[in-house]
Amino acid sequence: MFFRMIRGAFTRQRGKMLMIALTIALGASLATAMLNVMFDVGDKVAQELKTYGANITVVPKAASVLDNLYEVEGGDAAEGAYLREDELGKIKTIFWAFNIVDYAPFIDTDASLADGREVNVVGTWFNHYMALPTGETLNTGVQNLRTWWDITEGRWLDESQPDDANACMVGASVAAAAGIRAGDSIRLQGPRAGTTLTVVGVYDSGDSADDQIYAPLAQVQKLSNTAGCVSSIEVSALTTPDNELALRAAKDPKSLSASQYETWYCTAYVSSICFQIQEVITDAVASPVRQVADSEGAIMEKTQLLMILITILALVGSGLGISNLVTASVMERSNEIGLMKAIGANDRAITGLVLTEIVIVGIVGAVIGYFAGFGFAQIIGHSVFGSAIEMKAMVIPIVAVLVVVVTLVGSIPAVRTLLRLDPTVVLHGR
Amino acid sequence: MSLLELKDVSKIYGDLHALDKINLKVDTGEWVAIMGPSGSGKSTMMNIIGCMDKPTSGEVLLDGVDISRESAKSLTRIRRDKIGLIFQQFHLVNYLTAVENVMMAQYYHSVPDEKEALRALARVGLADRAKHLPSQLSGGEQQRVCIARALINYPELLLADEPTGNLDEANENVVLDIFSQLHKEGTTLVVVTHDPEVAEVAQRTVTLGHGKIISDKLNEGFKE
Ligand SMILES: Nc1ncnc2c1ncn2[C@@H]1O[C@H](COP(=O)(O)OP(=O)(O)OP(=O)(O)O)[C@@H](O)[C@H]1O
Ligand SMILES: [Mg+2]
Repeated sequence: MFFRMIRGAFTRQRGKMLMIALTIALGASLATAMLNVMFDVGDKVAQELKTYGANITVVPKAASVLDNLYEVEGGDAAEGAYLREDELGKIKTIFWAFNIVDYAPFIDTDASLADGREVNVVGTWFNHYMALPTGETLNTGVQNLRTWWDITEGRWLDESQPDDANACMVGASVAAAAGIRAGDSIRLQGPRAGTTLTVVGVYDSGDSADDQIYAPLAQVQKLSNTAGCVSSIEVSALTTPDNELALRAAKDPKSLSASQYETWYCTAYVSSICFQIQEVITDAVASPVRQVADSEGAIMEKTQLLMILITILALVGSGLGISNLVTASVMERSNEIGLMKAIGANDRAITGLVLTEIVIVGIVGAVIGYFAGFGFAQIIGHSVFGSAIEMKAMVIPIVAVLVVVVTLVGSIPAVRTLLRLDPTVVLHGR
Repeated sequence: MSLLELKDVSKIYGDLHALDKINLKVDTGEWVAIMGPSGSGKSTMMNIIGCMDKPTSGEVLLDGVDISRESAKSLTRIRRDKIGLIFQQFHLVNYLTAVENVMMAQYYHSVPDEKEALRALARVGLADRAKHLPSQLSGGEQQRVCIARALINYPELLLADEPTGNLDEANENVVLDIFSQLHKEGTTLVVVTHDPEVAEVAQRTVTLGHGKIISDKLNEGFKE
């Protein structure tokens, strides 16, 4: 009979029950979406910041010492000090290889165009294909490290196309000044040799790169007769925000005890990654690009705090909404409950009936809400971050507990009122 | 022995004496009509007899038990076991079918038994309406469902507060016929009514006025 009463309530009051379930679903979906976004936002923002360029630079030891001593820009004093191109692959073999998202070598030289104009030419990787010792493959280069570049004409240089070995990309300012367009052939005369390159694209970077020309590494090495040499490497790595241990280690790894050293080495601090890069690249100094690395942690903390606050507000809001509706829907039934009491139902029977219904509605609502929230989270992910939000399993129990607590807390005062209800009052319509 | 006995029962709201030292005996198998103007205390008395309210003072003996001293919990039990209630507004659960409404009373009493519930509906002439929802039934039919529900647990006392108040003449007669049938079977009936025609068919009429019994007489026209 209990089952028939429940079934009757649900099949013959489908509309009303569905309304309650949907309100619960709305609250639950809001909670699901916000929680998922909150848990994922850290990774997302970190990823986002990584796409905004490198956070570690690697330069030859000689250049680094002199740079630091005289605080000079560029590196005329360090002329002749280079890193070795054949060691580049080793960066992907360090302990934290997985955290190395992208990297690219750089070498530059001054060259003159056919009209005599002087221009700085940068040799680098665009989308360099690498087969790693681990058996994996990687495509890396400035196409990933310079995501903010706006290709105003033509396309990115594509290293997988054999023709593009003799191609280059021209900065917007150079292109405008020299009247260069995508598709043109340009003649570059370097200090040691000359070359003719096809312009495949013109980019607008918004910074000094607009005054440069980007070409494949080998072309620039030819211009300056520096085969096998690179003058710097930019690395984009996922890092753990620094703590006190990391700061001490950054100053001098030898000051750590054996176990501290172990901990530091095996944590993805920017300093330990730099240290590991130095281990594999001969005579190199790897250092964090301080501003980015520091502000990254701060930005992430702030974003996460913001999301937590918004999530709490959303949870409280949906909680209030649900409990209100539940209270109202329970109170609405005072007539029916009064009748049941008059017929002989005791408190336990009434509480059992009302709570069972609420729990069923709550479960239906929570399940619908969870999946709707999943959808919302994806919409947020795609519109804000341009990628899917990873669903965290942890959200399910949180939302479940939330819905149960909120519906029960919402219905307890109502049920208590019902139990105190005097059947004579409702039965005589006073 | 009387099934029901009220001794000096008073119900006082503030300084209003809704019932004022009522003394009344109802024997097993009797059919009593309670009359009186509006506000004279009829419903108040029914609520006290029906274990839904307690008197301010006095004793109410039902089957020899003083129900004015019982806790709310045992009042619920006594009501469930001994009393069948019929209301002016029919009070059915709107999402349960006729037969389910009857079964609900069985459920809160002991165990639901659909066959028996269907027999009870057949007795009030609703065998073919058993699967209808209250909204699909006429007022008279709804009241008959209520009667079937009130009877399903074989109560010792059937209390009806204005059972025909919302019914037309034809339905009123159907209900009165059922009452008379029940009376013949030995059910004790206490029926509150405004309508002299409804009172006339009963065995005995008690008239209230301002919370007091102003007359208590046997009906000469009563036909067994
Ligand atoms: N809960 C209450 N609080 C205060 N006064 C009440 C209460 N219940 C009933 N009364 C009063 O007690 C008196 C008797 O009421 P009761 O409902 O018993 O009258 P009645 O005879 O059933 O009238 P009617 O024929 O209109 O149904 C009325 O004056 C009513 O206003
Ligand atoms: Mg009344």
